[in-house]
Amino acid sequence: MSKAGLAQFQQVFIEESLEGLDTMESSLLALDEGGDGELVHTIFRAAHSIKGGAATFGFPEMSSFTHEAESLLDEVRSGKRAIDGSIIELLLRTVDCLRGMFARAQVGEPLNDTVAEGLRNELAAAMGRGTPAAAVQARRDVDQADAWTVRFRPHAGMLASGNEPLRLIRELAGLGKLQVTPEFDKLPAFAALEPTECHIGWTIELTGPVKRADIKGVFDWVEDECDLVIEAKHVVAEVAAAPAAPVAAPAAPAAVADAGAARAQRETSAESSSVRVSIDKIDGLINLVGELVITQSMLDTFREGDIDAARLAVLEQGLAQLARHTRELQESVMGIRMLPIASVFNRFPRMVRDISQKLGKQVKLELIGEQTELDKTVLEKIGDPMVHLVRNAIDHGLETPDKRRAAGKGDTGTLTLKASHRGGNIVVEVSDDGAGLNRDAIVAKAIQRGIISSSEGMSDDAVAELIFQPGFSTAAVTTDLSGRGVGMDVVRRNVSDLGGTVAIRSTQGNGSVFTITLPLTLAIIDGLTAAVGEERYIVPLVSIVESVQLKADAVRSVVGGGELFRFRGEYLPVIRLHDAFACEGAVHAIDEGLMVVVEGDGSRVGLFVDGLIGQQQAVVKSLEANYRRVQGVSGATILADGSVALIVDIAGLVRMQGRRKAA
Amino acid sequence: MSDNTRSEALQSQYLTVNLAHEEYGIDILAVREIRGWTPVTRIPQAPHYVLGVLNLRGAIVPVIDMRLRFGLEREAYGTTTVTVIITVVGRNFGVVVDAVSDVLDVTPDAIRPVPDMGTTVDTQYLKGLTAAGERMVLLLDVDKLLQPQDAQMLEAALPAVSDVKAVA
Repeated sequence: MSKAGLAQFQQVFIEESLEGLDTMESSLLALDEGGDGELVHTIFRAAHSIKGGAATFGFPEMSSFTHEAESLLDEVRSGKRAIDGSIIELLLRTVDCLRGMFARAQVGEPLNDTVAEGLRNELAAAMGRGTPAAAVQARRDVDQADAWTVRFRPHAGMLASGNEPLRLIRELAGLGKLQVTPEFDKLPAFAALEPTECHIGWTIELTGPVKRADIKGVFDWVEDECDLVIEAKHVVAEVAAAPAAPVAAPAAPAAVADAGAARAQRETSAESSSVRVSIDKIDGLINLVGELVITQSMLDTFREGDIDAARLAVLEQGLAQLARHTRELQESVMGIRMLPIASVFNRFPRMVRDISQKLGKQVKLELIGEQTELDKTVLEKIGDPMVHLVRNAIDHGLETPDKRRAAGKGDTGTLTLKASHRGGNIVVEVSDDGAGLNRDAIVAKAIQRGIISSSEGMSDDAVAELIFQPGFSTAAVTTDLSGRGVGMDVVRRNVSDLGGTVAIRSTQGNGSVFTITLPLTLAIIDGLTAAVGEERYIVPLVSIVESVQLKADAVRSVVGGGELFRFRGEYLPVIRLHDAFACEGAVHAIDEGLMVVVEGDGSRVGLFVDGLIGQQQAVVKSLEANYRRVQGVSGATILADGSVALIVDIAGLVRMQGRRKAA
Repeated sequence: MSDNTRSEALQSQYLTVNLAHEEYGIDILAVREIRGWTPVTRIPQAPHYVLGVLNLRGAIVPVIDMRLRFGLEREAYGTTTVTVIITVVGRNFGVVVDAVSDVLDVTPDAIRPVPDMGTTVDTQYLKGLTAAGERMVLLLDVDKLLQPQDAQMLEAALPAVSDVKAVA
C-alpha cells in the first residue's frame, strides 16, 4: 500500500484506538471497584485490536508494547493470574502511555520514549520474566536467525474473517526465499468439502536473515485463527541455548523511517477529525430530503399557467410545507453534530481517582445525564473548563476524612457531574458536598489583592463572583493541582468563548455548585441586528444585557481617550462600534444613537451603535475558511436579502479595547 | 506520439481579463466562476485592496480589487465589471476586474519570462507573458494575490492582553 493510502487509514485507526483506550480505562476502573470477569474480556479485546491495528498500519513499537500488556491480560483472562490493584495500576499507566504514543503518532514524532521503555520492563516483570536491559539485548538475538520453519495451519473459519492465506504467504515471500509445502491431511472427502472453509495447511521454509518479530508481524491479524509455529533452523550459536521467547522485540530501525514519512503527512492528518453518525439519523435525513424534493416538484408546477385563487391556496400550502421541511432538515443536520456528553464525562472517573488518592481524600463520583447531547465543537472545548472545576472541587471543596467527620459528615465526599437540557441550552453542573466557599477567606484575599476595598454591603453571591477575578486563589499552599491563581478566570473566559456563562452557588459547610450554561450549538445563534452607518452587524443575544438611550451629557470622557457612562450605579466603558470597525457615515452624537449594554469576558461595556433593527437567528459562517480571523468578529452570517453581515465578538472587542488602552 | 499531440496534451488554458487597458491571463483551472459585480460587505482591519466579503452560495468569500492590489487607481465599476471567483489551495476568493474577454490555449513553450520593466504591475505577481495574435497577455500567478499569511503573522505576534494578565 502506498504511504499516502496508509496515512489515510492511520487516522481512522488512531481514532478507533483512542476509543478503545477509553473503553480499556473505564473497564479497568470498573474492575477496580469489583467488576466481573466480562470486563477483563472487554479490556483484552480492546488491547488486541490496538495491537493488530498498530502492526498493520506501521506502528511496530506500539504493537510490541501493547503485546506485553496483552500477554499480561491473557494470563488474567485465562485465570492464571488474579487481578489486583497493582496490575490495574500498571495497566492504567499502560493506557496513558499508549495515549501518549498515539498523540506522538499524530504529529509524526518517534513513538518510543523512556516512559514506554520503563513501562515495558515493568509489564515484563509483572509477567515474571524479569528483563533488565541486557536480557532485552539477548532476546533480540534469539529473534534473529538465517532460516526459519513456519508451520501455518489456518482454522476452518479463517476465510470468513476476510483473511487470505495466499496474501500472508506472499507477504512472507517479501522477507526472504520461500519454499512452501502444502499439507492436505485435513482435507475432507470431496462430498464433504465446504468451499468457504480453509482445510489446507502449509509448512514454509524461509531462508534469509529475518527477525522473528517480522514473521510474527505478518500473522498478527490471524493469530487467533490459526495454529502457528515459528522455529529457527539455523540459529546463531550462543542463542540456541537461550530459551525461545515468544515475545516480539521492537523493530527500531523501521520506526525511524516511518517517523520521517509520518512527519510529511502531519499537515494532512493532524487537523482532520470525524463524527460517527447513527444510521437512524441518516435515514431520517434521507426521508426529509425526499419530502423536500416532492414539495419542490409540486411547487414547480406553478411555473406554467395562470395562478387563480384556488391555485394560490395550494401554492401557499406548498410554501408552508417547504418552510417546515427546511426547518426540520436544518434541525436534523444539526443533530448530526450532536454527541452525548459521556465522552467528556468519561475522563473524570480516572482523574478523580488519581487526584483523590494523591490528596488522601475519599471521593465518590456521580455522573448524571451522560446521554445529553451537545454540539461536537462545544463538546471538545468544554473539557478543559470542567477539568478545572473538578480539580478545584476536590482540592479546595471536599475535605479530608478527618475534617468531614469533625463536621458531622460521612468520610466519603460526593462529587456530582450533571448534564441536562434547559430550554435551548445545555446546563452542566459540577457540585460537591464539601466545605463550600469561605466568605471570610475570599474577602480577605480580595482586599489583599486590591480587587475590593471592603466587603460591606456585598451579598454572598457578589463575594462568590470574586473568585472569577484574574489572579485570584485562596489555597493556602500552592499544590501542583491547583492554586496557581490561573483558574476560575480562565474557566470563565473559555466558557464565554463558547457563548456560555458560569454561575456559582455555595453554602458554607454544605458545598458548592458550579453551573455552566452553554448554547446547544455554535452553528446558529440568536442575535440582534445593529445598524452602524450603512452597515449591519449582528450582536449575539446572549451577551446583551439591555439597551438604553442616553442623554448627550451622560457620557464622560476620561484622560487617555476613554469614555465612561453611568449604568445602574456602575461606570461602564464605552466601545463605539464605528470606531472599532472604522465605519463611515455612522452617528457620532450619543443622544442620536443607542447604547447597548453587553457583557463579555466577564466585564460589562456599553456598545454604541446607530440603532437596533430587529432580532434574527443567524447561521454562523466561518470567515477563516477563505480569509482569516478578524479581531472583534466571531464570524459572518447571511441576511435574508443574501448579503453578508458580520457577527460581533464582544469578548474580542473588549480585549481589543484593552489593548488599545494599553498601547 | 507525434510532437503535435504532445504539445496539445501539455497546453493549458487561460481566461483573459482586462485591467487598465492591459490583458491578463488567469489559469482556467483556478477559476471557479465568473459573476457580475455585486456590492460586498466591508470587513474591518483588512488591507485596502480587500473590498469585503460576499456570499457565494453560503460560503463567505473575500473579494479583492485587482486594480488596488496592483497599486492602480480604482475606477468606477461599470456594466462589464465582473468578479472572478478563484480557488487556490482550497481557499476561494474573488477578484474584481474591468472585464473578461477570452479563453486562450497556451503551450508551455509559448510562455516567455517577464522582463523587469514596462508593465504597470509589480512583476512578482506574474509568472510569464505570452502573445495572442498581436496582443500581449500577462499570465498571473494567482497563488500570490491574496497572501493572508503576512496578516496572520502579525496577529500571532501580538498576544491577547488578557492572556498576559492571566500568566502574571
